[in-house]
Amino acid sequence: MRMNDSGLDGYNFAYLDEQTKRMIRRAILKAIAIPGYQVPFGSREMPLPYGWGTGGIQITAAVLGTDDTLKVIDQGSDDTTNAVNIRRFFSRTAGVATTTKTTEASVIQTRHRIPEKKLREDQVLIYQVPIPEPLRFMEPREIETRKMHALQEYGVMHVKLYEDIARFGHIATTYNYPVRVNDRYVMAPSPIPKFDNPKMNDMPALQLFGAGREKRIYAIPPYTKVSSLDFDDHPFEVQKWDETCALCGASDSFLDEIVLNDTGDRMFVCSDSDYCEERRELGYKGTQPEEQGDAA
Amino acid sequence: MQHESISLSDHKPLLSVNDISHYYGNSIGCRNVSFDLYPGEVLGIVGESGSGKSTLLKCLSASLAPSTGSILYRDRTDAVHDIYAVSEAKRRMLARTDWGIVEQNPRDGLRLNVSAGANIGERLMAVGARHYGDIRHEALGWLGKVEIDLNRVDDFPATFSGGMQQRLQIARNLVNKPRLIFMDEPTGGLDVSVQARLLDLLRRLVSELNLSVIIVTHDLAVARLLSHRLMVMQRGEVVESGLTDQVLDDPHHPYTQLLVSSVLVA
Repeated sequence: MRMNDSGLDGYNFAYLDEQTKRMIRRAILKAIAIPGYQVPFGSREMPLPYGWGTGGIQITAAVLGTDDTLKVIDQGSDDTTNAVNIRRFFSRTAGVATTTKTTEASVIQTRHRIPEKKLREDQVLIYQVPIPEPLRFMEPREIETRKMHALQEYGVMHVKLYEDIARFGHIATTYNYPVRVNDRYVMAPSPIPKFDNPKMNDMPALQLFGAGREKRIYAIPPYTKVSSLDFDDHPFEVQKWDETCALCGASDSFLDEIVLNDTGDRMFVCSDSDYCEERRELGYKGTQPEEQGDAA
Repeated sequence: MQHESISLSDHKPLLSVNDISHYYGNSIGCRNVSFDLYPGEVLGIVGESGSGKSTLLKCLSASLAPSTGSILYRDRTDAVHDIYAVSEAKRRMLARTDWGIVEQNPRDGLRLNVSAGANIGERLMAVGARHYGDIRHEALGWLGKVEIDLNRVDDFPATFSGGMQQRLQIARNLVNKPRLIFMDEPTGGLDVSVQARLLDLLRRLVSELNLSVIIVTHDLAVARLLSHRLMVMQRGEVVESGLTDQVLDDPHHPYTQLLVSSVLVA
């Protein structure tokens, strides 16, 4: 059943054996058919620890073909440990082309961010998910949370948001902000900042979510309604910054705050490194000189 | 002993219990219990521990399916539901809109990891309330009604005393105006002065809101104070039932006589 001999000797294409990939693809198909529903699957041991993306990497292995181009993001960046290692893993075991450019990728595995650049229909976005159950904080029993999903008993999600407002005066949840998919299932969008929540709505690309330790796969098909939960008098809002990116001057991207020294100097830069680089290549400039940016 | 003498505005029963039995394997939880509960009526169930009171209450409150028998509930639209024959979705919907369950241990009935206000607001949000200001207003109103300091609205229930937790649990259950409340030893574990205040509060709320209540207790004083009608249970069976004063002042069954004569007089 080997599809291709490219990649590392002694390993099957994209690491997983073909039967496992079939099993994962079946789970993915079911997940796409029921947007937001968590499909259990037989998660395999992967050569990296739980919490490093074992769920995402299994989905990537199952959907990857020889002609795909893979991009891996960790916290928006292409050159952080997780991103570098997973990219190298697939270029060795599958021999596929890799890229850091959002526009060139056909499969994007991500941790904690959605690229700033709008995704297209021919792209697949794969999220790494640590805790797939949005109700877990309120209800520890799995048997009960499944029943709550089945009967759409989602009142407790608002109890959590109520608690935020009561304590902080506003909805203080900033990442893994619960969403409702297709007006049916409440879903944990993985720990992306709520800044990225609106991007999930009506996205042309297919979105797949994999939780390796919790053995769940879920999905949002292209062009599906995804709405963030909120109150009538405390509507959903995304983060805003007073600053712009110090390197490229962008005012519309998610910014990371970087401490430069121990005298309190800091700079704000785009968390999406590809977006920032592309803007700089086009000649956009921020407030801080380039050499400081390289040091950061 | 019949009890049609109680004057009631509505003569259709709210809850009809027909021949309920529950067995734990070979041992009896409760056996052949039948009764009707009318709107606005408070029914006390008394008996020694192990007599099947709590088993019966669990069966009635849709949290434990009885081995045999049926329970019919008449909802606000006058439609009658067999609560163990309808879908689980419907049953759970009734449980959070029409019924309230006050647990003996308030920690079982409260969410300890969210504030008092969120505890009260939960049932409102469960049925679709999405306006924070309204929910909070309602929560504060109910804290007032159950005599908890309004400043405590954002505190965790774990920081409350036992009596306050019990009152919070009552507020949490009554917030969306249920019609039927199940209580399992609501005053258990509270000292007498706190007990007395809680009983006063319950009596007031029951009459203000025209609630129907089924209350399980082993404390005859509580039963006499709150309930209109009494059922005495022994070894899983109802041995005597009737008007509270009738049963307590003129007990017929030997076990009821024993129970009444065992009350300590301070």
